[in-house]
Amino acid sequence: MSGQNSFGNRGNRDASVVNTKGMGTIDGTRRSGPVGEGRAGDPFLIGEAMTGGYGKGADILHDCTISVEKGQIAVIVGPNGAGKSTAMKAIFGMLNLRQGSVRLNGQDITALNPQDRVKAGMGFVPQVNNIFPSMTVEENLEMGAFIRNDDIRQTMQQVYDLFPAVAEKRRQAAGELSGGQRQQVAVGRALMTQPQVLMLDEPTAGVSPIVMDELFDRIIAIARGGLPVLMVEQNAQQAMNIADKAYVLVQGANAHTGTGAELMANDEVRRTFLGG
Amino acid sequence: MDILNALVVFLNFVFIPAAAYGAQLALGALGVTLIYGILRFSNFAHGDTMAFGTAVVILVTWGLQSMGVSLGPLPTALLALPFGIAATAALVLATDRAVYRFYRVKKAAPIILVMASVGVMFVMNGLTRLLIGVSEYRFDDGARFIINVRDFREWSGLPEGLALRSTQALTLVVAVIVVAALFWFLNRTKSGKAMRAYSDNEDLALLSGIDPERVVRLTWIIAASLATIAGTLYGLDKSFKAFNYFQILLPIFAAAIVGGLGSPLGAIAGGFLVAFSEVAVTYPWVKVVGYLAPGYEPGGLMQLLGTEYKFAVSFVILIVVLLFRPTGLFRGKSV
Amino acid sequence: MSNTRQSAGYSAWRAPILFAVLAILFVLEGTVRNSMFSGSWNTSLAILNMGLLSAITALGVNMQWGYAGLFNVGVVGFLALGGLAPVLVSLPPVENAWQAGGSRLLAALAVGVGVLAIAKLVWTRTRSGLAITAILIAGFVAYRYLFDPAVIAIEANNPSRHGNIGGLGLPVLLSWLVGGLFAAVAAWAIGKVALGLRSDYLAIATLGIGEIIVAVMKNEDWLARGVKNITSIPRPVAYEVDLQNNPDFVGFAQSWGFQAAEASGIWVKLSYMTLFLVVLLVLILLAELALKSPWGRMMRAIRDNETAAEAMGKDVTRRHLQVFILGSAVIGIAGAMMVTLDGLLTPTSYNPLRYTFLIWVMVIVGGSGNNWGAVLGAVTIWFLWIKVEVWGPALIGLLTAAMPDGPLKLHLLDSAPHMRFIAMGLVLLLVLRFAPRGLLPEK
Repeated sequence: MSGQNSFGNRGNRDASVVNTKGMGTIDGTRRSGPVGEGRAGDPFLIGEAMTGGYGKGADILHDCTISVEKGQIAVIVGPNGAGKSTAMKAIFGMLNLRQGSVRLNGQDITALNPQDRVKAGMGFVPQVNNIFPSMTVEENLEMGAFIRNDDIRQTMQQVYDLFPAVAEKRRQAAGELSGGQRQQVAVGRALMTQPQVLMLDEPTAGVSPIVMDELFDRIIAIARGGLPVLMVEQNAQQAMNIADKAYVLVQGANAHTGTGAELMANDEVRRTFLGG
Repeated sequence: MDILNALVVFLNFVFIPAAAYGAQLALGALGVTLIYGILRFSNFAHGDTMAFGTAVVILVTWGLQSMGVSLGPLPTALLALPFGIAATAALVLATDRAVYRFYRVKKAAPIILVMASVGVMFVMNGLTRLLIGVSEYRFDDGARFIINVRDFREWSGLPEGLALRSTQALTLVVAVIVVAALFWFLNRTKSGKAMRAYSDNEDLALLSGIDPERVVRLTWIIAASLATIAGTLYGLDKSFKAFNYFQILLPIFAAAIVGGLGSPLGAIAGGFLVAFSEVAVTYPWVKVVGYLAPGYEPGGLMQLLGTEYKFAVSFVILIVVLLFRPTGLFRGKSV
Repeated sequence: MSNTRQSAGYSAWRAPILFAVLAILFVLEGTVRNSMFSGSWNTSLAILNMGLLSAITALGVNMQWGYAGLFNVGVVGFLALGGLAPVLVSLPPVENAWQAGGSRLLAALAVGVGVLAIAKLVWTRTRSGLAITAILIAGFVAYRYLFDPAVIAIEANNPSRHGNIGGLGLPVLLSWLVGGLFAAVAAWAIGKVALGLRSDYLAIATLGIGEIIVAVMKNEDWLARGVKNITSIPRPVAYEVDLQNNPDFVGFAQSWGFQAAEASGIWVKLSYMTLFLVVLLVLILLAELALKSPWGRMMRAIRDNETAAEAMGKDVTRRHLQVFILGSAVIGIAGAMMVTLDGLLTPTSYNPLRYTFLIWVMVIVGGSGNNWGAVLGAVTIWFLWIKVEVWGPALIGLLTAAMPDGPLKLHLLDSAPHMRFIAMGLVLLLVLRFAPRGLLPEK
């Protein structure tokens, strides 16, 4: 990190000169490469044989494959440090893949940067910092639709229909909402681009069980509406209950793959990940 | 008790000067707070940016005057303002490209940008000195007064006079227009909302398709415009001297922090709070008190502090606000 | 670990080489006369002496910034406050000033401090804003009641020559310590307020206190005659005139081939240089010892990972306050030394660009966190600051030589001395860009 910050931690405590809130981590200057052809018989979205890590660091993913079909929910589960979030970020273009490819809807998008993947149809909800806290709920949704130049009112209404609780607070600053409602705003923001696939990084982290159930209900509703959902989940049991397809990752590699029900029935998976 | 005369004295010596000064501080503080919110550092070069912009305005004003162009009762500087804004915007954009962008791309800690802004401050200070020198200039022309003391006395029949200088009125009118335009821009337009979004959460803004470089360019242009306008109004109202623009950095920073760094509304409130306190604390109240309490003969001037200590006032307000409300009056991003 | 060894070997030679280059520059300044250098040892030593004082100042800033990451932009204030000490300590007492209002003045200051202390006490006990306001207003009235007549009396005392309270007539060297003490007290007060909040507001607070201290010195005539300046502050070294009248010295100078006038100037400057070097080396020694002590290790641990240090039960704010006070004291010492070197106190000369931000350029160019770096940066930058004022016009003269005479050429020649600001800014920006850890990086 010394190259990034030659002064170490000096001065970063002094709020009268520096503002560290909301600083970015994604390199926005990386340019996209060309979009290639997809392969016949591909699932709707597939990250295939992905190997890579952050920056010049060691590989975190090893030959990892994740895919999701239309109208389905796919979940990525696994122990802490298994590379679940990393796998999702790899699909979203936030780390360097040394091998493997990402293909969406008949196109090879491996060379695209995250911004352009959003334009290609990916809706991504980060685990934290996934809203604009000082902006109102409505403005959050508007910002979600920033790349659209058509009329967004209909989409916004759909989001409000999906999340009636936040619809009531559309003029309130998103940062003032409860944790569950913030997650709803975050998901709603991602939906505003009318994505072809929705990717959620631990959407239920830090929310109460009741809120979690409600959020899962909404996610199921989204998937049944035809929008494929790819989700990383800490709560493996609940996640597998709603999953059409589940991936258990261990140390950055696929350990078990199957439908939620299959994996729940698998003794080894139950023993190691579901606590018996 | 003579409330009317007391009021006239108060308006003449406290309210009007403080309102004009407050508007100038508010415009300066808005620039500082925007850069703090978007570029995430306190720009020590802001005072010198103001000085540079004003210097260009003065040079263009002289050029226009020598060509015989004037705005009638309004100062010619208003006509020169767009040139000053354009030159200053070009300068800060070039500075950003040459200096700040490098660190932004590297995601360097904001403190390095603060240091870099000190370097930029030196360079801009030198540029301004090269451009116009270190002397003091007055460059207001056109009508000096909207209300002058004699007319007011004749009209009202009061012994106390009231003067409203045209530069003071102009300051307030321009400030209101600029602030209204800025708030409309930030709250109603897509680009303005993109700026706020970027300030809130850079990564999410990027993922929403907002072009960070465009947001940064916009911010610099707005900050340069605000700085040039604030500097020109300040110079019209008082006079132009490059060093004074460096000194005004303290009340401007104080205003921005008191209001809550990163909050445009706070910058305006902070600007007026600092200005009114400065004027009120350093004004000799003996005359006002004399009218309100005719029998009372205070020994001194009833001046809390000498005018030399006006900087102390912004400082004390700053400390008091921070002690009781660490995030500033309008909850900035500072904590 | 070949990498580490390489970088260590690199830096082992780096410092001596850079210091040697700097020394050569000063020798050139002293011996070669051309458009670049003056060829006068008097000029060379004058630059060096002020460079050494800048080095001490930079050392103080480097303690705050390098050890603890504190951003002090009120250096000018602490320097000015330190500069007050020689006046109050070493000037002879002013006749009748104390009788005129001395005791009343002291009472006023005591009331002022007492009121603040009571207010603080009441606030911690009751948290009542109303009570505080009442105490402060009553205190302010009492303070002004005592203070104003005292000041008027003192300032009325022989105003053309004095009008100030005068000094204590003690040795001027003692005032250097007192200058440090003054700055330390101010730093304690300001640090107590600005460092204890939820996050720091030290930069803006120091910016403010710097302005205020300078404003006080400009306007409080009773203290140091304000803008009327104080002259003839006693010296710790010999006077040129005495040396020139001393036959032994004249003979000694001639044996070296110098005129008595020139030699006396050089002698005085060398004496100052020796004094300054002793102070500088003692301070560096203390700073290095402190840095290697458990206290220094803790300071660095806090700076590198505040959260971890806090979790281990270290009182970060308290440590920061300590180092802020120590650094400010060093700056105060430098301020006292500056006034002693000049022999006069001119409050109007305390310009933040020169006395705060130029010091920062020195620290960053030298190397944040490295004491020797601060010294190197300070002397180098000071040399440049002085010489660019000469080189700038020479350069512009060269560039405009071909231009026809006219207002533009005149303007360019006139404004050429301002080039030093641009030059200093560019030096800082280039160092930040290409060697952000400075000429001598911290190990």
